[in-house]
Amino acid sequence: MCGIVGLFFKRGLAVPSLGRLLARMLSQMAERGPDSTGFALYGDAAPQGTFKATLHSPHAEYDWAAFEAELSATFPSAYPARYYGSQAIYTIGADRWQFFSWLTCHHPELVTFGFGERIEVFKDVGLPDAVAKRFGLEHRSGTHALGHTRMATESAVTTEHSHPFSTGLDLCLVHNGSLSNHNWVRQSLRREGIRFVTDNDTEVAAGYLTWRLGQGMSLKEALEAALAELDGFYTFAVGTKDGFAILRDPIACKPAVLAETDDWVAMATEYRAIATLPNASTAEIWEPRPATVYSWERH
Amino acid sequence: MIEVDLARSSVRTLNERLHHLTPRANELHWRVLNPAGAHNIAVGITQRVDVEIKGHVGYYCAGMNAAATVVVDGHAGTGLAENIMSGLVRVRGNASQSAAASGRGGFVVIEGSAGARCGISMKGVAIVVGGSVGHMSAFMGQAGTLIVCGEAGQDLGDSLYEAEIFVAGTVASLGADCIEKEMTQDAVEHVAALLDRAGITANANRFRHYGSARRLYNFHIDHASEY
Amino acid sequence: MMSASSLPQSATFSPETIAEIERAANEGLYKIRGFGTLRPLPSFDDLVLLGASISRYPLEGYREHCATDVTLGTRFAKKPIELNIPITIAGMSFGALGVNAKRALGRGASAVGTSTTTGDGGMSEEERSESKILVYQVLPSRYGFDPDHLRACEAIEIVVGQGAKPGGGGMLLGQKITERVAQMRTLPAGIDQRSACRHPDWTGPDDLAIKIQELRELTDWEKPVFIKIGSTRPHYDVQLAVKAGADVVVLDGMQGGTGATQEVFIEHAGIPTLPALRQAVEALQELGQHRKVQLIISGGIRSGADVAKALAMGADAVSIGTAALIALGCNGSVHIEDYYALGTKPGACHHCHTGRCPVGITTQDPVLESRLDVEEGARRIRNFLTVLTMEAQTLARACGKSHLHNLEPEDLAALSVEAAAMAGVPLAGTDWIPGKSRH
Repeated sequence: MCGIVGLFFKRGLAVPSLGRLLARMLSQMAERGPDSTGFALYGDAAPQGTFKATLHSPHAEYDWAAFEAELSATFPSAYPARYYGSQAIYTIGADRWQFFSWLTCHHPELVTFGFGERIEVFKDVGLPDAVAKRFGLEHRSGTHALGHTRMATESAVTTEHSHPFSTGLDLCLVHNGSLSNHNWVRQSLRREGIRFVTDNDTEVAAGYLTWRLGQGMSLKEALEAALAELDGFYTFAVGTKDGFAILRDPIACKPAVLAETDDWVAMATEYRAIATLPNASTAEIWEPRPATVYSWERH
Repeated sequence: MIEVDLARSSVRTLNERLHHLTPRANELHWRVLNPAGAHNIAVGITQRVDVEIKGHVGYYCAGMNAAATVVVDGHAGTGLAENIMSGLVRVRGNASQSAAASGRGGFVVIEGSAGARCGISMKGVAIVVGGSVGHMSAFMGQAGTLIVCGEAGQDLGDSLYEAEIFVAGTVASLGADCIEKEMTQDAVEHVAALLDRAGITANANRFRHYGSARRLYNFHIDHASEY
Repeated sequence: MMSASSLPQSATFSPETIAEIERAANEGLYKIRGFGTLRPLPSFDDLVLLGASISRYPLEGYREHCATDVTLGTRFAKKPIELNIPITIAGMSFGALGVNAKRALGRGASAVGTSTTTGDGGMSEEERSESKILVYQVLPSRYGFDPDHLRACEAIEIVVGQGAKPGGGGMLLGQKITERVAQMRTLPAGIDQRSACRHPDWTGPDDLAIKIQELRELTDWEKPVFIKIGSTRPHYDVQLAVKAGADVVVLDGMQGGTGATQEVFIEHAGIPTLPALRQAVEALQELGQHRKVQLIISGGIRSGADVAKALAMGADAVSIGTAALIALGCNGSVHIEDYYALGTKPGACHHCHTGRCPVGITTQDPVLESRLDVEEGARRIRNFLTVLTMEAQTLARACGKSHLHNLEPEDLAALSVEAAAMAGVPLAGTDWIPGKSRH
């Protein structure tokens, strides 16, 4: 239960102000989700033959230097790692399944929050302003980003249970709502080889999309398939390497507002987050219809 | 005219002042600045004051309003004027979901469009929307009037009781037990009068009338599929 | 030749089951009825209190006082409510109940210093005038919902669900929708009321938090806000209620009654009061909010023993619905021919939904209603509440407690494995709590 936001610049190079704009949107959603904040940014592409992985450690004082020494001994990296307390971004030149096997074997304490050519995922306990500062969001550029503020339901507010969830290459999902058949779906997806870290319903939705995309469906097709197979109340905002999509369930109780200008498309649980964007006052504003996929792609 | 700047003051303080007005002339007009999407602005007023809010409001603006006139010069979030008892609430921009939910009286005017469930559970309020309304509008509407100058989303008037709905544009689909009814001369005049009161220009003759078929009024096996 | 008494019957297709399948085939509609669960469930009957011993000394009756007061709404409200006894009257609608019943409940509760609660039809003037402490419900239907009633009440109760039908909305059949009821609910008289199961202007705890704030704003933060939930996933629900900003959580177990709903709901949805209560207390303790956010438990509370056991498990108070109506005369052995006319008999009647209540409680018919004398009813409520309190005090004193709230889980033992597991209390004579590791 929470607030979700998304901002997608439709064309052109990376926008320097993307991070700053997303931070402002997230700040507006603090009241709805005071426990944790998370966001995914689509920034510079990793060089050919490499991929980026956002890794999360159990505590902020993790010895990343030691980890990096081990990592570079096993896999070459193209760019230096970037550290943000409990999280680090590595660019790895290797087959990703090899990397993940090695990681699971040698460092089971580390969790992969996101991986792909362009995606970087940050999530942590705390209010949006504090978390944004911790990860230097204000200074980040990119073409699109999604964010989430969470009202936790578990007694321990854990980072792993925060959104966005990313179970596939450059894929991330934020969700406002509550799925009702995610346990069945999780079991089926496990049999298909999708791995889950939490018992969170949103992670199941992310896994479902990963599976469908892996079968060759487009994002739009995968979301349309989700309508039939995922039950409950949801507003989903999905990011892919060059895409952005919104979907509400057929009953559509959880609020969602979309706004579009010539330059950008934005989505938020409450209009107040969109109001912070440049040219919001002249944007086309509407509320997405139930059971309808709204998607945009950069070319 | 009393001006309150929510960048410097709180919604709590504003509401407290609006709840404890003394009948003095200089407390009749209020202007609220920098609402910045805050929730619960101008909730529960009981006196005939004018409140103008310059900017966007969050949830439940003018909730349970009685007697007052509240104008939002911006967009409104969920539950605008929910359970309104009397008075007038106007939004110059759009209203999000559940506008005028369970409203029992008074008048709500949305100059832009309304989101899903506009007039849900309405119990006597009159609502005029200059633009369109989202899905499930007037769901379980018991009494009152909903007038939509634009289009209506799917399942309009689902499970309707005695609320009356008038839509000028296309209706995506009608909900359970909601049917089109005759647009009588009385209905045309009723619509015209409300449009006039709302200050919205539209031709009352172009509206179509929707209401309850009343087949769900008593539980009966022949209508089991509607449940 | 076989005697009739030795004919074997199927337990799966029992006579009751056969009769119900026949009814369904005849009528084509689910069975609707009032009351709570009819089937046996693990309950407080399966717990006992451990009285005084050589190591624990009892209090003398009367002279050595066992206090019974409770304050509800200490978390955020400027004006929490103070009750003399930790037993309140649960929400029951005017519509489901007649006005005489509402008046008797109000007068009787006020006489012993406790509260009553409105229901799915809104607040009647009679209830407001009789009840010194009145809790006003905010329900999905919002029938008769009036901000002036919010201003006039002592506490606000947002109803998410009730034990009889967690996930279901209100129901009142046409025969009980008289002109007055119809007018209060803004419905045509004589129709079968369909009600929403979700609130019209909020869904989910993130929006509930904002809704609670709205109600606080309207009442200038004076009145406590209760959230009532039917017991399904009490651990999550209680924590979400706390996070959303509740002052008090009201948890209604599976045994909770109703004026009318589908029987499948009553018998097959929700968990019993016993495990719900334990889970709720644990949820509050995990958040460090036990006693800070008060917990009221309801659903099959019948005696002072139930009250004592519920408090020992960690509830701050209990609420009674069905028991209060029985105190008023529900299922009493009078007007027996009228019970027969309904197809039932005293002691087996759950026909509240018909509006033909033989004792004048759950009816809108003035002739039937006149059978319930308000002053006599109030006296009976006062008596019953007094007995519940005295019984609870007796048991508490025997456990060495000078206040009912000092009863604790360690004062309990369980008589069955199910009760031990559900209540989190050792099986009597052992230190075994099934489902809990010892280390």
